Amino acid sequence: MPGEREHVFDKPHNVRRLLYALYSVCALLLGVEFLYHRHALHPWDGWPGFYAGYGFFGCVLLVLVAKLLRRFLKRPENYYGEEPEP
Amino acid sequence: MSALAPLPPFLVFYAAALLAGFTRGTLRSLILLAAPLLGGLCVYGLGSGELLRFEFLDYTLVPLRVDALSRVFGYLFLTAAFIAVIFSLHVKDTLQHVAALAYTGSALGAAFAGDLLTLFVFWELLAVSSVFLVWARRSERALAAGLRYLVIQITSGVLLLAGTLLHLQQGGSPAFAHIGLDGLSGWLIFTAFGIKCAFPFLHNWLIDAYPEATPTGTVFLSAMTTKVAVYALARGFPGTELLIYIGAVMTCFPIFYAVIENDLRRVLAYSMINQIGFMVCAIGVGTQLALNGAVAHAFNEVIFKGLLLMSMGAVLHVTGRSNGSDLGGLYKTMPKTAALCIVGALSISAFPLFSGFVSKAVIMTAVQDAGHGWVWLALLFASAGVFHHAGIKIPFFAFFARDSGIRASEPPRNMLLAMSLAALLCVFIGAQPDALYRLLPFAMDYDPYNASHVISQLQLLCFAALAFTWLKLQGIYPPELRAVNLDFDWTYRHLLPGAYRGMLGTLQPLDRAIRQGTADMARDAIAALFRQHGPRGLLARTWPTGSMVLWIAVLLGAYLLAYLLAW
Repeated sequence: MPGEREHVFDKPHNVRRLLYALYSVCALLLGVEFLYHRHALHPWDGWPGFYAGYGFFGCVLLVLVAKLLRRFLKRPENYYGEEPEP
Repeated sequence: MSALAPLPPFLVFYAAALLAGFTRGTLRSLILLAAPLLGGLCVYGLGSGELLRFEFLDYTLVPLRVDALSRVFGYLFLTAAFIAVIFSLHVKDTLQHVAALAYTGSALGAAFAGDLLTLFVFWELLAVSSVFLVWARRSERALAAGLRYLVIQITSGVLLLAGTLLHLQQGGSPAFAHIGLDGLSGWLIFTAFGIKCAFPFLHNWLIDAYPEATPTGTVFLSAMTTKVAVYALARGFPGTELLIYIGAVMTCFPIFYAVIENDLRRVLAYSMINQIGFMVCAIGVGTQLALNGAVAHAFNEVIFKGLLLMSMGAVLHVTGRSNGSDLGGLYKTMPKTAALCIVGALSISAFPLFSGFVSKAVIMTAVQDAGHGWVWLALLFASAGVFHHAGIKIPFFAFFARDSGIRASEPPRNMLLAMSLAALLCVFIGAQPDALYRLLPFAMDYDPYNASHVISQLQLLCFAALAFTWLKLQGIYPPELRAVNLDFDWTYRHLLPGAYRGMLGTLQPLDRAIRQGTADMARDAIAALFRQHGPRGLLARTWPTGSMVLWIAVLLGAYLLAYLLAW
């Protein structure tokens, strides 16, 4: 909005900083992996980077499948004959 | 125990509901606040065992039975009601206040019901009192959604009653204890619980009605009905293997819908099914650790889901919108609400030091201990998915994302206070899990904070966040769109009405042909009668007496002839 004071994420470099923080935390968490012995719960979770990979690829898969589902499931807002919300 | 008869906590709430109906302003606010506090004192003062019992027909009914399991759910409903009451103090609508108190009373009644018939009564009261929180929105959509909700809830009650009566007829005891899936009565009761618990294909009432309720009503709704069902399953069907798989499906399928759903309160409704899935799965495992995990997660979920729904309710209250496609950038003018929402998001995502972590850890450990490796993987996928759709999506699209241009101010102070209380509880339980563990039905020696678990959970969540960031930066992430996504309710909102109309379409010509044919036949019959009997009809003519005599003589002659021939 014109004449309004700038907020924290209006500045692109703040958004960039946040992203770099996330990237470093992820890198750090992967690095820590080799510093301690994990007490494995499942045969797979002894693999190095199992949780990181599962979290990342699980979510990518989730979004891609959901996007695909939208093709079949999406209907106009008044599909059931009701007035759409204002 | 005092010498007086013990006071059932539901009576406190029914009395308060009555009083709230006749009072206004500050006095009513005091009554609203006093009800959960008095109820809490009342539950605290109750001893254990069957505290009230009376004979009805041939059965012993127990309207007040207290044990460790019912007590923790009692505290849960009271805590939730206290927070939700504060959240709704600014509301002037008498209907909502009365309905909310009666609804909480019914949830308490169900939690402390010692027999199946008492449970049935509160089961139906829950349905009837809660629907007014949907109707109180006073829109056409809410009216229709409320009706669908009521029909499904009442059906659940009818199934419970049918199962109970069958169980009694087969010589079973009316006591509400372990039921199990032996025989038809067990299945009927299981289905009744399953409807209220939002099992897959029985879940649409939740998705349909909760987002249509008032901003404050949804907070009450989210706390009671489904958690009563979780309690009932934990008492009636612990260790039922089927529940493990039902629970696993419940954790996974709603997150796909949540990703593409636009109404953020509906996203939270889908996420609620996902969280209940964790509890259902743990009840299916049925070990002491698993049941403790289910109860602890129910407790935490009510608080953090309540917090998330309150933050979205606050947004809806001040902006009149809850669609992701309409919102964005609200952190600029609503920083407190945004911060409180993020606490809820971190809790539901089970970040270490927040409440979801300390209860979900118990469930994950119990599932793995029981040897269900594949189910464990499904739950782990769902845990990452929760962070994706509830943990990131909700705060991101409401408060950040693109600037929607909406400049709404913070919600009323009572709303902020209620959200702060819930946020405080989320952090407190996350940091001091023993405070919650002590309330659980079984003694427990469990520490969620070991290095393996903390680091693996952080890895899972941070890389899920990384996936979101990557998908968003690549432009792959699906945009928020105003649309309806088909779910199972399509069968009864579109398919069945369509089939009915189709049937009418086919039957109408047939029906018309039959009516036309009958009418034609009747007309022909009338015309024929008219021909014979009408003024010119053969049978209506006058006959001369002579011809009558002649015909009689002929008849007598013929008779005589026949007689002679026969003889």
